[in-house]
Amino acid sequence: MSVRDYVTVRVGGHLFGIEALSIQDVFYPRNITPVPLAAHEILGVLNLRGRIVTAVCARRRLGLQPREAGAPEPKAVGIEVGGDNYGLIVDQVESVMKLDSDELIPPPDNLPQRWAEIIPGVFRLPDSLLVIFDAPRLLTAGLQLGVAA
Amino acid sequence: MDDLISDFLTEANESLEVIDIELVRFEAHPGDRPALDKIFRLVHTLKGTCGFLGLGRLESLAHAGETLLGRFRDGKLQVSGEAVTLVLKSIDRIKTVIDGLGATGAEPAGDDSDLITALEAMAMGAPPPETSESEPEPEPEPEQQVEGYDPVLGRALRPGEVSTADLDAAFAAAEGPVDFAPASLPEAPVPAPAAETRPAESVEEDSAPIAAAQSIRVGVDVLEDMMTLVSELVLTRNQLLQINRSRSDDSFSPPLQRLSTITGELQDSVMKTRMQPIGQAWKKLPRIIRDLANELDKKIDLVLEGETTELDRQVLEQIRDPLTHMVRNSADHGLEGPADRRAAGKAETGTIHLSAYHEGGSIVIRLRDDGRGLDTARIREKAIEKGLLTRSDAEALTESQVHRLIFAPGFSTAAAITNVSGRGVGMDVVRSNIEQIGGQIDLQSTFGSGCTVTIKIPLTLAIISALIVGASGERFAVPQGAVLELIKIGEGAEHRTEVIEQVRMVRLREQLVPLIDLGAELGLTQALQPNFVMIMKVGSHRFGVIVEEVIDTEEIVVKPLASVLRGISVFSGATLLGDGSVVLIIEPNGLSQRAGEMPQAARRAIDAAATSDEDAKIERKTMLLVRVGSGALKAVELGQITRLEHVPVAELQHLGSRAALQYRGKLMPVLCVDDDQRLKTEGVQPMLVVAGMLYTMGLAVDRIVDVVETPVTIELSPTKTGIIGTALINGRATEIIDLDHFMIMALAEHSRTGPAVQAAQTQEAA
Repeated sequence: MSVRDYVTVRVGGHLFGIEALSIQDVFYPRNITPVPLAAHEILGVLNLRGRIVTAVCARRRLGLQPREAGAPEPKAVGIEVGGDNYGLIVDQVESVMKLDSDELIPPPDNLPQRWAEIIPGVFRLPDSLLVIFDAPRLLTAGLQLGVAA
Repeated sequence: MDDLISDFLTEANESLEVIDIELVRFEAHPGDRPALDKIFRLVHTLKGTCGFLGLGRLESLAHAGETLLGRFRDGKLQVSGEAVTLVLKSIDRIKTVIDGLGATGAEPAGDDSDLITALEAMAMGAPPPETSESEPEPEPEPEQQVEGYDPVLGRALRPGEVSTADLDAAFAAAEGPVDFAPASLPEAPVPAPAAETRPAESVEEDSAPIAAAQSIRVGVDVLEDMMTLVSELVLTRNQLLQINRSRSDDSFSPPLQRLSTITGELQDSVMKTRMQPIGQAWKKLPRIIRDLANELDKKIDLVLEGETTELDRQVLEQIRDPLTHMVRNSADHGLEGPADRRAAGKAETGTIHLSAYHEGGSIVIRLRDDGRGLDTARIREKAIEKGLLTRSDAEALTESQVHRLIFAPGFSTAAAITNVSGRGVGMDVVRSNIEQIGGQIDLQSTFGSGCTVTIKIPLTLAIISALIVGASGERFAVPQGAVLELIKIGEGAEHRTEVIEQVRMVRLREQLVPLIDLGAELGLTQALQPNFVMIMKVGSHRFGVIVEEVIDTEEIVVKPLASVLRGISVFSGATLLGDGSVVLIIEPNGLSQRAGEMPQAARRAIDAAATSDEDAKIERKTMLLVRVGSGALKAVELGQITRLEHVPVAELQHLGSRAALQYRGKLMPVLCVDDDQRLKTEGVQPMLVVAGMLYTMGLAVDRIVDVVETPVTIELSPTKTGIIGTALINGRATEIIDLDHFMIMALAEHSRTGPAVQAAQTQEAA
């Protein structure tokens, strides 16, 4: 048994899990300064208590529809990757679950590459599946290319 | 790693650098006894410490080197190039071993007997190692008769070791005036290296007791942390000041003002801790030049000037390699061999002159050689051969444009690839390294008589002054150093933009400057109201950037962007403004690359306009125009001014007719430019701050009018003191201020009113 905490977040109606240890804080992303020429998934940069945080949109990252007008204010999950601060913008942060990492089911082989590299596995919950994100990879993998000059 | 070992590594690396320099000096002046003594002492200390720490390999090497040096010192051996090369080689080997030690925490395995044998042979005065034993031992000491056995050590000597008694005698002889007698050394068989280290260290402490007491070693990470914290403090201060400005009651103003001053001073002192003399980056150069001169069979004199000029250690690290590369280039490509030099009527010994000095908020490094200079025709040919230019384009270039081709990627004119240079990674790498840290590089060459490369780099990278501009509804920070001037365009403005060969340009003092639209370049919208153009200069490339508004100037703290954003070449980082929002910092080089892409026809139009100006051969200068008193406009070269300040009049301290200001922790005299000028009595007093070698002065003016880049021909007609003469600027007669005159006046003022004002303050306080 190796029980770990997972924070569950909701993005476009789907539930995803992120290992709690990798999360520094949860905040409302406000006053985002857009970064021209950056990858589409990067919403911009913002100031969180004197630190510069790069905001990455989870919906755009996963190729989901943009949020509907009038939806509640999105939240950001603060994660540090390689010394840089990132905020993953999600629709809602739900709860913390204790799950046994031995029960993590590896993703099916036929999962497209771009998914496989950010999803280490899935948990079978009583009434649904919980897809786990590798948050650092989700935030940075492949984004450097963008449309940068 | 063991603390002892890590301390040893730091110390050893410092010693080795000094040994390098001193050895090269010693070789040039074999009579330089203090240099030899210093080398001997350092090698000796090194050996002692190695023995103490049980580093056998290093100890044996150092010991063999020391023995040879001892021979020089006793006058038993003539100093020769080969001998010094051999010692340098063993120093290099020691460095390799030390690097290994640093990486793994243990001495790497290896065999040094080759060097040790060679060193011993050299010490015995005979080149081949076999003959060394047949050499009669000149020292009549009894210990020497028992071969290879040392009674003090109580064991047989290791390879390369000399008996302790022999060394003690030699060592005592080296330190004449210091009072310890060799007889007082313990006779008991204590570990010899430890016993030897003591006196060596005490000698060093004796010679520099003050330096040892006044400095401590602090980890670089501690300084970096401090810098980060101070940066945060500066940001918070800016925020507070901004909030306070919008408040109606000013009860917070005095303490805020004080907080602001203290923060500024704290920032200055933390910056100072990061400052290091540029000589640090030059330490390896004498050795490199010596080796190169041997290898290339040239005679080279390296002159270093301004080694104590200080700059931020981060910047220092960045320029170390480019500088080394450039010096190598000068020695290899620039300077001719002795025969060629004689044929050209020059002295056989070529000179490489490296100097550094402060200018405004930048540091200027100049590398000058008196070699053959750049061969314009050859560069042209090479550029065509490499496909960088077509023949017709190449023929059309002016001489200085051809010279700049050496900064193009993959360009090298060395006829043969030597060990030293000519592999095509060259000046383009140097240039990009310099530009990466916001520096500029320029080159002047006269065929046959030499080449001068000038590098201008910012003192620090952490905090820069920036212009905050608006484009497409977003704000951006632009480093002020890259902005030459700001001009207004559009409706009713003096300057008009025109489209030539599909490129938008502005005509500025008869020159055509190509324009780019900041918003459009960034993939946002094109400027709806193109109001301003920032004229920017990157290297030799001049271009204009259209923005909609110019909001403010601010000292900003540069923060790096996350790795996913670092690939965007037009941004160098981000910063927080006073209102807490994040603003992206524009990278002038990135913009320059985008602005550089234009049709050849447009480029030719620009060059044509530029050449006609170049032909006039009138020096262009950036002048600051100020209004003082009732007379003519006054001007001063912008580069000579350190800062422009607007000081609240309440902060000025008056003493009779003189004034002074508490500025960055020091009392700074404030002078008037004109006799009929009155200092302001309310609001703020604009002043030019000029930093000299030892002191700073403030020059009060009524109003700062403009900054213009203009050809300046000064007619020397000193109608009054403090004015060099007059010049026609923008069609108006303008008086040029004689800064030297005011610096001298300020010096007098400094020595006179300084204490007086302070005394007056003390009285007020009482």
